[in-house]
Amino acid sequence: MFEKIWAAHEVVPESAETPAVLYVDLHLIHEVTSPQAFTRLRSRGLSVRRPDRSLATLDHATPTDTQQVFGGVPIRLESAARQIAELERNAAESGIELLGLRDERRGIVHVIGPELGVTQPGMTIVCGDSHTSTHGAFGTLAFGIGTTEVGHVLATQCLLQRKPKALAVEVRGKLSRGVGAKDLVLAIISQIGVAGGSGMIIEYRGEAIRALSMDERMTVCNMSIEAGARAGMIAPDETTFEYLRGRPRAPSGADWDRALVAWRQLPSDKGAAFDREAALDAADVEPMISYGTNPGMTIPVGGNIPMRDDEAFLKALRYMGFAPGEAIAGKAVDIVFIGSCTNSRLSDLRAAATLLRGRKVARGVRMLVVPGSQQVKRAAEAEGLHEVFTAAGAEWRESGCSMCVGINGDTAAAGRYVVSTSNRNFEGRQGQGARTLLASPVTAAAAAVTGRVTDPRELMA
Amino acid sequence: MQAIRRIRSRTIVLPAADVDTDQIFPARFLTTTSREGLSQALFADWRFDASGALQPEFVLNRTESTGCSILVAGRNFGCGSSREHAPWALHDYGIRAVISTSIADIFFNNALKNGLLPVLVDAETHLWLLAHPGAEVEIDLEASTVKLPDGRRAGFPMEAFARHCLLHGVDELGYLLSRLPAIEAHERKPARHSPA
Ligand code: SF4
Repeated sequence: MFEKIWAAHEVVPESAETPAVLYVDLHLIHEVTSPQAFTRLRSRGLSVRRPDRSLATLDHATPTDTQQVFGGVPIRLESAARQIAELERNAAESGIELLGLRDERRGIVHVIGPELGVTQPGMTIVCGDSHTSTHGAFGTLAFGIGTTEVGHVLATQCLLQRKPKALAVEVRGKLSRGVGAKDLVLAIISQIGVAGGSGMIIEYRGEAIRALSMDERMTVCNMSIEAGARAGMIAPDETTFEYLRGRPRAPSGADWDRALVAWRQLPSDKGAAFDREAALDAADVEPMISYGTNPGMTIPVGGNIPMRDDEAFLKALRYMGFAPGEAIAGKAVDIVFIGSCTNSRLSDLRAAATLLRGRKVARGVRMLVVPGSQQVKRAAEAEGLHEVFTAAGAEWRESGCSMCVGINGDTAAAGRYVVSTSNRNFEGRQGQGARTLLASPVTAAAAAVTGRVTDPRELMA
Repeated sequence: MQAIRRIRSRTIVLPAADVDTDQIFPARFLTTTSREGLSQALFADWRFDASGALQPEFVLNRTESTGCSILVAGRNFGCGSSREHAPWALHDYGIRAVISTSIADIFFNNALKNGLLPVLVDAETHLWLLAHPGAEVEIDLEASTVKLPDGRRAGFPMEAFARHCLLHGVDELGYLLSRLPAIEAHERKPARHSPA
């Protein structure tokens, strides 16, 4: 599949001397990694070549506090306000569509692409954000780029790329009850390591992958980058087509029929060769949680922190305030965050709400629920999910990256423990000195209820 | 971009593996719209304590690190986010090359585009460098070799086009712009996998 998409987008094939010129079908833009690219472009007297192939949104630095978004209260973080204003100006000047602060379609860049139907099988998609790999769930070649490359795409709609190698990850069997896509991808990363897919394209396949919904497939592809991979992909199938059918920007009518014919050609041919292969059994995967400072440092919620004595490992544990060999279950929690491009879609919110219904967030615990987009927010409200969250004592906020990355006002204080459905537990990611434990939405909700790291299956009827 | 041919310097050694971009350039400094002066934020949470005081034991703060332009790092350096602020900050600080056995993909590409040389050496050379902080090392880009003080040389891989751009101070955008006719021709072809 990857080979086919690559070949269809090669404007100039690669040679020994030069990388390929690769065409980009869709360029997604947000406020944090784009300003310097627009500045560069202007200083070279260049303009945006294909504004029609770009879509911009506000998410990373954008507040999730309703008063600041809709209430007329000025954005508290001055630097964030400046970034937002700058993207507004850049988009207006270049003719790029921006889903602005109060737009009902605004949201996290990797949530809105699929939701609007702009993310489609067979495309190449790039964005100045490493989790662009999310879109690979649709059989799309999607990867993150730096700001210089954002400039290249703005100016030419192309990138210079060497063809990466491909890794197949086969997931056999079925996931058991209480175990979700987040647990699966954390298990994959802990098996292959945070550099296990270095620079490669991972294609996820097998029975367990086929059984995943699109939301779940996005969760898996999202975290490919945490295994060092450039992109993750899943071949499109009926699940993919059903998801896209009728989306506002998906093809319709005769175009839809033509698209289906084209999309069905994409899956890898039987016997397609990969540079490497890995496999695991879905039945072995348990609810997972991270205990350290990278997404490979992950164990089953019921497990113990490993015993190792290398300096990097001990440094990570010192930061986390944990000791080797300890059980992770029962550790006290200060904050629970449900959100981010990994787990903020409607099905994630439903899963968390199912566990929270009729229960309360434990005393002393703060819980934030941040929908991935304004559309997810409205859909959740239509089902009454927001009432479940607020009745439990959680905060129901506007969409954005929120506490996934502490640059929008949502942060945790030093030393605090945050059970988070996001994708990175790096030191300081959620605030200086804050300690992140990555988990699935149900595991996070369980921690909110008990105030401790808890196996969610204990709370499931 | 300035041309690079040779980098000669004593080394700073940061042996930790998996140093991520949130360490190199903490997220809270990301709300900048400029690319100047970013070295202020470089390794901020390791260089300074919570009150902003200098942490004297952190390697960048030691006097012997002053003026060094080669960083020897542990494996998988630069993993995590796509933020180009990480290589910008390193470059602004005066670092011109990072040597390791592996460097994360997006960081590697971002570094190349900003005159920061990512150098991948074999495990043996790496171990030697880790064990000898402050060693005087010479990186020769044209020959793609790292020369150790005892005269031993280790080769490193460098993609041909990236080497060409670095050696001649060419930026890739110029090359891409020169291919505009091919890009336009590509756009006129019917798309293979999409109806649009
Ligand atoms: S939610 Fe987190 S990982 Fe996703 S785009 Fe936002 S900051 Fe990046």
